[in-house]
Amino acid sequence: MAHELPYIAAINEAIQLEMARDDSVLYFGQNLATTENDEFVRAFGHDRVRVTPIAETAEIGMAVGAALAGLRPVVELYMAEFMLVAMNQVVNEAPRFRYMSGGRVKVPLVLKAGYGFTAGWAGQHTGSIYGMFLGIPGLKVALPATAADAKGLMATAIRDDNPVCFLHHYLLTLEPGEVPDGEYLVPFGQAQIRRAGGDVTIVATGWMVGKALAAAASLAAEGIEAEVIDPRTLAPLDTTTILTSVQKTGHVVLVDQAPRHAAASALIAGEIAEHGFSTLKAPIRQVTGLDVTVPYSEPMEAFVLPDDTKIAAAVRQVLGTAPVPA
Amino acid sequence: MPRTTRTGPAKSPELDHPTTLALLATMWRIRCFEERVARLSRSLLVHGLIHLSIGGEGVAAAVCRQLRDDDAVYSGHRAHGHALAKGAPMDRVMSELMGRSDGLCRGLGGSMHLVDREHGLLGATGVVGGNLPLAAGDALAAKLRGTDQVTVVFFGDGAVQGGYFHETVNLAALWELPLIFVCENNGFAEFTPRAAHTKVERVCDVVAPYDFERRTVDGSDVPALWSAFGEYLARARAADGSGRGGGRGPYLLECLTHRLRGHYEGDPQAYREALAEADWARLDPLARLQTDARRRGWLGEDEVRSIEEAARAEVEAAVRFARASPPAEPDATAGLVYARVGTQS
Repeated sequence: MAHELPYIAAINEAIQLEMARDDSVLYFGQNLATTENDEFVRAFGHDRVRVTPIAETAEIGMAVGAALAGLRPVVELYMAEFMLVAMNQVVNEAPRFRYMSGGRVKVPLVLKAGYGFTAGWAGQHTGSIYGMFLGIPGLKVALPATAADAKGLMATAIRDDNPVCFLHHYLLTLEPGEVPDGEYLVPFGQAQIRRAGGDVTIVATGWMVGKALAAAASLAAEGIEAEVIDPRTLAPLDTTTILTSVQKTGHVVLVDQAPRHAAASALIAGEIAEHGFSTLKAPIRQVTGLDVTVPYSEPMEAFVLPDDTKIAAAVRQVLGTAPVPA
Repeated sequence: MPRTTRTGPAKSPELDHPTTLALLATMWRIRCFEERVARLSRSLLVHGLIHLSIGGEGVAAAVCRQLRDDDAVYSGHRAHGHALAKGAPMDRVMSELMGRSDGLCRGLGGSMHLVDREHGLLGATGVVGGNLPLAAGDALAAKLRGTDQVTVVFFGDGAVQGGYFHETVNLAALWELPLIFVCENNGFAEFTPRAAHTKVERVCDVVAPYDFERRTVDGSDVPALWSAFGEYLARARAADGSGRGGGRGPYLLECLTHRLRGHYEGDPQAYREALAEADWARLDPLARLQTDARRRGWLGEDEVRSIEEAARAEVEAAVRFARASPPAEPDATAGLVYARVGTQS
């Protein structure tokens, strides 16, 4: 059975179910538990639902320590950029501790943060900064695109014995979707084919999945069938599903909201170039954010970000149905 | 001069005869280990970045020898003494420094990242101050579980000017965590004297607004360290009266120590004068405790020699063990990047 929930409520449902299931799960962060009426406080009390000062190095550092001591903290960070304040904890401590100890300890920890809030939030609250957390051995990165995945990936993140950056897209916050009832786990490292098609492979994450599906719908009217793949986790990355699709279509468009030189699409392009080159019938194209800080003004914002029109244009180019711009 | 800030009720455990001998043995073990590591480092058998703790053995011994295995200790880049005093097996620590497969951390961590969960050495971090919030998180876990475990974090005066320290002190005080901050104030933050970093000379004064128990002690005076730390430990362990167990804190013990060696092995130390012999005799915690014990009639010349010889023999055995241990297997690395679901660690 399933029920309809907004994306953000699906995340909360997963956290609540996991907190009910396992006493060692803590939830803490800034501005949490500020009223007795808070649903988390009512269910789990102030010991397990804690408000922290605006002090990310202590907030995330303490979560790492609590995880080393056997608890499973979920840190509410709100904005992905707030992790930048505590990069030593996120990059240098949480993911490296188990490894450097020769496997003697583990750090089960979820860093929950929103990203990509390109709705007039300007330069410091809008970044798609997941690229910074890729290539950090020991760290996992999940980017849910639907309410169901938001629930299932969060539950999996909490049960994982490794630190996980769980990055939810702010522009999907109120997006409703069908969510399975009760316990629901989405495995990491397993991409989802959002739309099947044989002409071109489009890979997209988060908010860009919807843009890719919109582009695919308009291309279908032209007789082009696009396959849209959502990796769901970038670390681990399901290259098998992507390469299998590329083998079928021979054409690839990679969509990423991040600036081109920080985009996960570059990493995926590398994997395809190395392992799927012989199946390619045209060069890979990336549709990414421009290499700029996200501007405040709405038309400027739209100018720098990928959208369905830009994605569809890129598809036409790789298929040779439109001229490639100089 | 050492001075006391806000002493609590007098309940200072005194160092007795057998404990003094046990501490001397621990300090000799650390001293001989560190001296041997310096030689191995020069001959490249220990090949990485090494920070030695000669001069700080008194703090390591007086603190760690009062802790249980289930009390967590967090240390920093200068961690050998803390690890040995907390109970990490010397042969495995030596193997780790020599990058062997029998190393404490299988050769993956090295000198700056020693971890020995079985003995409560939860971890050493290589970035100054990074261990402070980790220790607070550990203390939070103990408090939430209602156990009487106490967490100790060692850090230098160099960590105090950073945000980590202030953020952690604030939360530890607010949440009354069973955490004892042990500052080894050796007057140098890496290569820079404290006066070049801050106007506040004493770390105890930095935390004054939070109004928790704190004191500055002579870090070469082992009996004073023992009783000051012992008092804080007993109080941190005590139930907090809430009826759900759990200790209460935090406390700060600021130990004025002397770092005999440079910041790292190979440090030319252009920033300070060489220490005069007479000054070292006054600052050496081992010599001082030994002299004190002899004055009390607890130690004869033969016993001094046998404690030192036992330590040297253990160090040589550790070196032999490490030399016999095969080099760490390169392909062991990939399998340890991620914990698998359902595994113990």
